[in-house]
Amino acid sequence: MNFSILGTGSALPVCIKTNDDLSKIVDTNDEWISTRTGIKERRICGEEPLSDIASVAASNALENAGINAADLDLIICATISGDYITPSLACIIQSKIKATCPAFDVSAACTGFIYALDVAAGYFARGKFKKILIVAADAMSKLIDWKDRATCVLFGDAAGAVVLTAGDDLLSIKLTATGDATALSAPNVTGNCPFGQIPQTQPYLSMNGQEIYKFAVSAMCNDITDVVNEAGLTKDQIDYVLPHQANIRIIEAAQKRLKMAKDKYLTNIKSYGNTSAVSIPLLLDDANRSGKFKKGDLLALSAFGAGLTTGACVIRWNK
Amino acid sequence: MTLDKVKQILVDYNGCDASEITKETTFEALGLDSLDTVELIMSFEEEFGITIDMSEGMKTIGDIVDIIDNAKK
Ligand SMILES: CC(C)(COP(=O)(O)OP(=O)(O)OC[C@H]1O[C@@H](n2cnc3c(N)ncnc32)[C@H](O)[C@@H]1OP(=O)(O)O)[C@@H](O)C(=O)NCCC(=O)NCCS
Repeated sequence: MNFSILGTGSALPVCIKTNDDLSKIVDTNDEWISTRTGIKERRICGEEPLSDIASVAASNALENAGINAADLDLIICATISGDYITPSLACIIQSKIKATCPAFDVSAACTGFIYALDVAAGYFARGKFKKILIVAADAMSKLIDWKDRATCVLFGDAAGAVVLTAGDDLLSIKLTATGDATALSAPNVTGNCPFGQIPQTQPYLSMNGQEIYKFAVSAMCNDITDVVNEAGLTKDQIDYVLPHQANIRIIEAAQKRLKMAKDKYLTNIKSYGNTSAVSIPLLLDDANRSGKFKKGDLLALSAFGAGLTTGACVIRWNK
Repeated sequence: MTLDKVKQILVDYNGCDASEITKETTFEALGLDSLDTVELIMSFEEEFGITIDMSEGMKTIGDIVDIIDNAKK
């Protein structure tokens, strides 16, 4: 026993910034950003707290699933950039959507949504819970250095959600972690403890872009191959691939190596940039609402990110 | 020979003309940007069973051949 997806939802901040807008802030240009990443514009949580859009995404998913907040047994939020360190973003969402169930956050950066799916699958296996809400929400705009052109052009803010019910549509799932804070990291707050002895680092996200690029391409290739095999399928049987949207070039490189048709790969990076844990649920919601998926379609989800973490799974669409 | 294998991987990657590639040819002259170089390095790593440090600063085909030959020793 694991789960079936009952409904999806998403929400975006109102502020849109194009590549041209960013070229007024740092020394960059539309041509560089477009050819190196595939990004044209991104949304920024400037006018609303992240919890607002996260709650709208959650409500949209509940409505799409046809259930009420009171029916939820658990809320899991995949995030690294909630409004507070504590309370968790999941608790804020719980209050805003007027749910009463337990709620907690999962921290696995861009892989957070896949980690949260596996946590949810564990609760369903235990047989105790019937309805679980997963919300992925990140505002990477709060973590990046807006003076560093190599990172600030890459990210965007958004929220996505799914409502899960007990079922058997998770056909396989794989998670990995390789602890490493040098390739990609964002430091926590340091406070003003008068006894602090540890030298302060820059309070922004830092990244070795090319090492992450290599890690990302090989993670996607290995993980998708593994979960397709574990599900007893062949790559031809997968109808859609929902890859984490970090860079269109990473997706194209993995697609060439995996030898799966290009039109199976869903993308949204052009309009939203890298939305961290949100990229995959955002793809899911767009495809669900545009009627792209047919009942029975087989979806391969694959993500990678800070940790370093990776995760992938095969889900049967049953809506 | 390393250079021939490197040339073959380049030809497979973007259909360039092998006869025009020498050790002095730059990645840029072949119309390849920094991310193409990263992808090619992944292919070289797989082909030669080595790991290449991205910070070594590779500009020409000769640079990459030297790095591969040193790594194989
Ligand atoms: C970030 C990334 C796009 C950078 O591409 P790259 O080809 O490695 O770029 P480099 O850092 O080597 O920079 C190449 C050149 O472009 C310049 N450059 C970097 N950012 C730029 C920008 N925004 N605009 C214009 N030029 C830029 C660099 O200064 C450098 O110039 P130089 O050759 O004159 O020194 C790429 O490495 C990447 O996508 N990596 C994966 C990152 C990722 O996905 N992280 C999140 C994981 S969840």
